Amino acid sequence: MTMPATIKRVLPQLAALVVILALNTAIAPGFLDIAYANGRLYGSLIDILNRGAPVALLAIGMTLVIATRGIDLSVGAVMAICGAVAAALITGDHSLAATILMTLGVGILCGLWNGALVAFLGIQPIIATLILMVAGRGIAQLITEGVILTFNDPGLIFVGSGSVFGMPFPVILWIVIGIAASLIFRTTALGLLVEAIGINRRASALAGIGTSALLLAVYAASGLCAAVAGIVAAADIRGADANNAGLWLELDAILAVVVGGNSLMGGRFSIAGSLIGAMIIQSVNTGILLAGFPPEFNLVIKAAIIVVILVVQSPASHTLFAFFKHRPGRAAETPAGAAKPEEGGAR
Amino acid sequence: MTSSRLFPLATTFVIFLIAYGLCIAEFPNMLSTRVVGNLLTDNAFLGIAAVGMTFVILSGGIDLSIGSVIAFTGVFLAVAMGDWGVPPVLALVIVLALTTAFGALMGAMIHYLAMPPFIVTLAGMFFARGMAFLISIDSVPITADLYDTLQGLYYRMPGGGRLTFIGVAMLAVVLLGIVLAHFTSFGRNVYAIGGNRQSAELMGVPIARTTILIYALSSFLAGLAGIAFSLYTSAGYSLAAVGVELDAIAAVVIGGTLLTGGSGYVAGTLLGILIMGLIQTYIVFDGTLSSWWTKIVIGLLLFSFIALQRGLVWLSARRRGAAMPA
Repeated sequence: MTMPATIKRVLPQLAALVVILALNTAIAPGFLDIAYANGRLYGSLIDILNRGAPVALLAIGMTLVIATRGIDLSVGAVMAICGAVAAALITGDHSLAATILMTLGVGILCGLWNGALVAFLGIQPIIATLILMVAGRGIAQLITEGVILTFNDPGLIFVGSGSVFGMPFPVILWIVIGIAASLIFRTTALGLLVEAIGINRRASALAGIGTSALLLAVYAASGLCAAVAGIVAAADIRGADANNAGLWLELDAILAVVVGGNSLMGGRFSIAGSLIGAMIIQSVNTGILLAGFPPEFNLVIKAAIIVVILVVQSPASHTLFAFFKHRPGRAAETPAGAAKPEEGGAR
Repeated sequence: MTSSRLFPLATTFVIFLIAYGLCIAEFPNMLSTRVVGNLLTDNAFLGIAAVGMTFVILSGGIDLSIGSVIAFTGVFLAVAMGDWGVPPVLALVIVLALTTAFGALMGAMIHYLAMPPFIVTLAGMFFARGMAFLISIDSVPITADLYDTLQGLYYRMPGGGRLTFIGVAMLAVVLLGIVLAHFTSFGRNVYAIGGNRQSAELMGVPIARTTILIYALSSFLAGLAGIAFSLYTSAGYSLAAVGVELDAIAAVVIGGTLLTGGSGYVAGTLLGILIMGLIQTYIVFDGTLSSWWTKIVIGLLLFSFIALQRGLVWLSARRRGAAMPA
């Protein structure tokens, strides 16, 4: 019942991903090959799934925040803080479980700070999270004391470069967390409540939704996702780099959410769409490298993607589409048809 | 009403005086024209860019592209003068025309596509940085007679401090910004849009033209900041000025401008820049503190000012509620 609506919702994103993958295959004939060696799968496709893991993880939390009409600029800095915390704890002879639990706790704390500023002080989300974005790297530097903290704990390294059933562990992580988040928000009323806050926060509060608590929870979820991404990034290079871990990834995560068809104006959201968006971005990155273009082209192409999405999403072009769609006789039927997937996706 | 609007600006001024006083108490050498001259020179490009950001934030928007525009300007100038043999003055004119047109295009997209400034200028940020990369990925030195002349221009203040060309240029831009914001119809339109866009539109404020002009002005000043930056470093580098947009936003907020738009002063932005510069100078003088303390202190300052603003808004809303019990 819900499946067709969900798939229909992400159809444009899936189509875009298929087109980009087809282009990549045309450029590099061996692109789709997947090999199995040393108990692990290898190939460009696996690489895209693996390299895109941090952005995919961030995009899950970012989707929820953007659905409440917010934005979280601090996720890159939170990644740096959490990477630093994890490295400091594991080199301080803490057990793996304690390290990971405490690091996730720090991520949630960072998210709660953002959420408190937004929910209780009523600060615009972009500014509230800017504070931690600016200060966060300084805090991470304090923890690492200005050096790249390296570690060689096999358990922690496994998070970044291990594999389960041949799949790299980061891939498993983002897929499992993505499915879990979708289930939590889509099998309960939570998703609907989050959308309600994004559409009209005052009206939702008047309707009896605990907007403050929900906003806190959403920002905490974003912090948690950033913590997981931070652990993955640190484990991948076996060290915490306070200056460069997660640098500018907040922008990639926002882009992934927007490419996934979610509106920055809040409201209806799709976590699956954002995850596909993250994979689209990573496929473009890989495609540019495969085509032999210098990586500098990345930024220009990303800019072009944003502009195309903006034009498609903009209210102005919607009026234009509506003008062509609303021919006599169809006027009454179209709005009802357009509203259906929303209801289906929310249940 | 006026007093509550001036309060954030006054607070910033008092904080600057107290901070400078404390610095002098610890390091008497900081009370010298050398420190003042360096404060102006080192922060010249940031100050010029922050004036443009002030207008954008006053209108209720945001411009994330200025750091990239600064880098693009530097690389373009270096390559145009060096490899392409463009006369320096012509290169300066071309780059300012390019950046202004770029800003106008972003403004047009924001207005006609009715999209949030955040995402439009994010695309602008990627685009300008990408263009800088495409021109050159190396740090290109600038060797032009014009640059030597401009770099050699300075006024020696009593006490040995140097008032350099770019330092004076920043002060001039701030002065012009004050005139533009408070004494022209463009300035009034910016405040009107930031205060309440719908009311402004109903009152006949030309929203489209003003929005385009605001972002054109911001990018023009970012171009100017890029020129100041290339004079400061004598080179163009596509990885330069990363994150300057955040410093500029921080300076505007610390300067007492309301982030929701409609209230603030260009003069406050100069104070914001000077406070941030002062923190850096203090850390240099101290010698034992790490430079990352700068970021943490700026984050704390940002938080205190935003909290202060919220408090003022809350107080004035309560006062209005008490005055009109309808």
